[in-house]
Amino acid sequence: MTATPRAASAASPPAPAPLLSAQQLHVAFPGRHGAPPVRAVDGVDLDIRPGEIVALVGESGCGKTTLARSLLGLVPTSSGRVTFAGSPLDYAPRALKSYRRRAQLVLQDPSGSLNPRHTVYDAVAEGLRIHRYPGDERTAVAGALARAGLRPPERFFLRYPHQLSGGQRQRVVIAGALVLEPELVVADEPVASLDASVRGEILALLLRLRTELGLAALVVTHDLGLAWNIADRVAVMYLGRIVETGEVEQVLTAPRHPYTRALLSVLPEAPGEPVVLTGEPPDPSRVPSGCRFHARCQVLASGEAARAGVADACRTEELPVLGAGTGTQVACHWVRAKAARAGAG
Amino acid sequence: MKPSLLDVRNLEVTYPGGAAAVRGVSLALDAGQKLGIAGESGCGKSTLALALLRLLPPGTRVTGEVLLDGEDVLAMKWGRLRAVRWAGASIVFQGAMHSLNAVHRVGDQIAEPVLLHSGATPAAARKRTGELLEQVGLPAARAAAYPHELSGGQRQRVMIAMALACDPRLVIADEPTTALDVMVQAQILRLIEELVAEQELGLVMISHDLAVLADTCDRLAVMYAGRVVEEGPARDVYEDARHPYGRALSAAFPRIGDPAARFAPRGLPGDPPDPAGLPPGCTFHPRCPVALDTCGSQDQPLRDAGPGRRAACVRVEVPVGAGPGAGAGAGAWERPGTDAGQMPPSAVLTADGSTRAGRDDGSARVGADGSARAGADGSALPRTDGPAQAVADGSVCAAAGGSARAVPDAGAAVVSEYEDGAPAAVSESGGGTP
Amino acid sequence: MTTQTPETDAPVPAPSPSPRALARQRRRDTAVRFWRQYRTHRAGLAGLAALGFFALLALTAPLTVGPDVQSVTDAPGRPLERPSAAFPFGTDRFGRGVLGLVVWGARVSLLVGLLAAVLSVAIGAVVGITAGHFRGWYATVMMRITDWFLVMPTLVLAIALATVMSRSLGTVVLAIGVTSWPTTARLVRAQTLAVESRPYIERATALGGGHWHIMSRHVLPNVMPLVLAQTTLMISSAILAEATLAFLGLGDPTTVSWGGLLQDAREAGAVSSGHWWYLVPPGIAIAVVALAFTLCGRAVESVLNPKLGVAR
Repeated sequence: MTATPRAASAASPPAPAPLLSAQQLHVAFPGRHGAPPVRAVDGVDLDIRPGEIVALVGESGCGKTTLARSLLGLVPTSSGRVTFAGSPLDYAPRALKSYRRRAQLVLQDPSGSLNPRHTVYDAVAEGLRIHRYPGDERTAVAGALARAGLRPPERFFLRYPHQLSGGQRQRVVIAGALVLEPELVVADEPVASLDASVRGEILALLLRLRTELGLAALVVTHDLGLAWNIADRVAVMYLGRIVETGEVEQVLTAPRHPYTRALLSVLPEAPGEPVVLTGEPPDPSRVPSGCRFHARCQVLASGEAARAGVADACRTEELPVLGAGTGTQVACHWVRAKAARAGAG
Repeated sequence: MKPSLLDVRNLEVTYPGGAAAVRGVSLALDAGQKLGIAGESGCGKSTLALALLRLLPPGTRVTGEVLLDGEDVLAMKWGRLRAVRWAGASIVFQGAMHSLNAVHRVGDQIAEPVLLHSGATPAAARKRTGELLEQVGLPAARAAAYPHELSGGQRQRVMIAMALACDPRLVIADEPTTALDVMVQAQILRLIEELVAEQELGLVMISHDLAVLADTCDRLAVMYAGRVVEEGPARDVYEDARHPYGRALSAAFPRIGDPAARFAPRGLPGDPPDPAGLPPGCTFHPRCPVALDTCGSQDQPLRDAGPGRRAACVRVEVPVGAGPGAGAGAGAWERPGTDAGQMPPSAVLTADGSTRAGRDDGSARVGADGSARAGADGSALPRTDGPAQAVADGSVCAAAGGSARAVPDAGAAVVSEYEDGAPAAVSESGGGTP
Repeated sequence: MTTQTPETDAPVPAPSPSPRALARQRRRDTAVRFWRQYRTHRAGLAGLAALGFFALLALTAPLTVGPDVQSVTDAPGRPLERPSAAFPFGTDRFGRGVLGLVVWGARVSLLVGLLAAVLSVAIGAVVGITAGHFRGWYATVMMRITDWFLVMPTLVLAIALATVMSRSLGTVVLAIGVTSWPTTARLVRAQTLAVESRPYIERATALGGGHWHIMSRHVLPNVMPLVLAQTTLMISSAILAEATLAFLGLGDPTTVSWGGLLQDAREAGAVSSGHWWYLVPPGIAIAVVALAFTLCGRAVESVLNPKLGVAR
């Protein structure tokens, strides 16, 4: 870990107005068989500025996928609100349709997200047809395919998804999102089902689109390496809340939250002794009291939190929702106590 | 000499459709050792795993030898094979979700092989099941659970318990941690490591993630298009791969904190080849950032690439008398290792079993040869027109024996035996995905 | 996969084809591919040949036998003649040639079978797709209605319908079509649910596609193979149902159909008095056509099954 945290990347000039913003967002699903409701997203503030790539990192079941879908209006929120380009998201069908022209979704499994009976041309032109694109459909499709790296585009028009490789399919999906010239792309594990050598190519494509088109992106992933590869900011999510957020360089090279530390420590290349947390994240229908991570927290378990005098707070006192700003923020009593002491002394 | 636990010699697997999934793989493994096999989908690594226990669909042509404790699995009678399948070697499949039967309790599924193979009484089998579950870090009471009541990590633990049920000597783990979260992956990997160390197991671990393998295994073999293209001590292969494909794989998963990887995801243009229609010559040449003209016509055998290391790349070293001029026809290169001169004694993985025995002169000769050539030909054109990473740190082209490796200067990279000096056609033939 | 290399390329389309030309070419390619695979099913080919034969027979009937063949008053032969050179299949109780009647009857049987099957499958597809797409109370109501129709004996219901309505071909078609759709609806709904769980449906929603878009662009093309196969299979049972209704005397009395011929034969006592030539030709015709449609249906099913079609 030699890299010193560099200045914020060129793509994020000082605090422009956020393109997409979530405020106190909650998403709950009714529990089955009388169980308490599943609080998949449990209070999240998140901003994505124009041209910014934000990585949303967490384990499966932490609510990151639900959060991404609720930002696109695909999952109804139970409270809180989503704001896009300054105005709150309107769930009326017509308004939603015009929103979906400006914000696009790229799914994990490119084989599943293409209809096997549609040709590449049809798949890419689908968005244009839905929104009754007034211009020349063919030029737009060819342009999007070329931008997604499928050249010459004409050669791919009549192919079916099963005639393409995994990487090419994901490029088609990305082209289908690009063709409407969106301002934001939400990518849910965009490379998780791709081969290792193809992965870098697709990530490079996302980076290039940001540079060329000023596209903002929210990349949902469980892969911290991906965040290091392409993201400006990273938000680490645990059990429906963001527990640490900030610039990638800071969060990933100098993690502060015990959970982020543990996640980074178990990566194959990580220095130091890996902190393997036992067990798995609790059920989101039974969120623990106090800090939601306390049951698995290695800092609390080792007694370090007690030494800092916050062990009780960890178990009983709930932490506030982290703000959506750019600075590094951590939702942890122990880190706060340490920071307070450092500030005082 | 005691035979190795697992000794695969020149294994070839051809599916009924004519797709050559494994094309001449040789590898060896001793008890207590961990061998990682890395590669992408379609490179033949899963086929290899299935072939080790003869689990391939009927009609598949398998040639070569798979010696398990000196006994050829491919030549075994059915009864013996059945015994070997659990007690000698067992497989942990990828996708624990689908490999467990949803309508049986996991305890019964673990007990099944115990009952079948050791003839234990039901009570003894139940006791053994409890032990196994505790061994993999689950409470024995979980035996009464159905698969859907377990989380992904727990299911994977059950799969491992099943594999261990009959005390096998060899465990083959096919993508044991794919689709698991980082934390659960770390738990499972740690468990596997402990079990291997405790029980003196041999472990063959298959994955697409070079970083995970490098962290877990002792030795690493990188497969591409049905062949091993690089092998050596795990750490060396991961940190300093000699084959351009090995390099691409290890660069695909960035080290966090590495400024070179920041905003610079690295991949490889093109797609893995279709086993039914492999490109001619070196199968990697259409995607290779440092391919030579001759790569399109000449197959590359595994050759020495340092202490205990081998790689199948023309840039590593060119065997004597088989330069581009002499070996224009691909005939001489059809099998890896027909040139027997270069097997270092330490190689666990060899291209041809017959040359496995200690051969002390091999590495020395090759080393000398390689470095001499490097010096003489130092002015040969480096491929600086390819992507920058290609030759920049010099290790792709490093020759054998370690002496020639010290050519880190990007400009003076060694292209041994490369006389026409017109490296015009580079790897853009990778096609529509630049 | 090396689909990028030039050798494996699909033919590169002409420099600047319009989207419509592309769609046409795609459809042509699909048809060619379909036929190439269908050709490999020998039973399907046999069924198709039999169907072609009967279709030709029915279409050319006005030229070969003419509508006069039905006429009772100018029957050419004596009643119940054995097969002879003049009457290859013998004559019926009015002295009409059975061969001519079977040929003419093919028109009605095939027409009714076709129309009834199309009607039945159309109802089933619409109910199935909408019930699969819109969940909630709509689906519940629709599926309860389906279940109700499913447990009602089809034939009894059809007989009841045919009895209360006027006796015409339209009635027969309606009676068969309205009573036989529930199986199709169930099948189509199951397939719709499977399709709706695929990620491309979510992608289409995220692109802004509405209900109509998703049902027409994604669900319908994916249930179409099933619907097509179901139609061919349904035709044979519709032909049988038509024959049954006619045999029970519920058909259109003014037209000749295979079922009607069998009923005539029964009324004339052909079963007991050994006039086998009166019974066998229409019976065999019904069996052969039903079998032929079934064979074709199975072949179509296996060609269009998306799993077999895509996984290559």
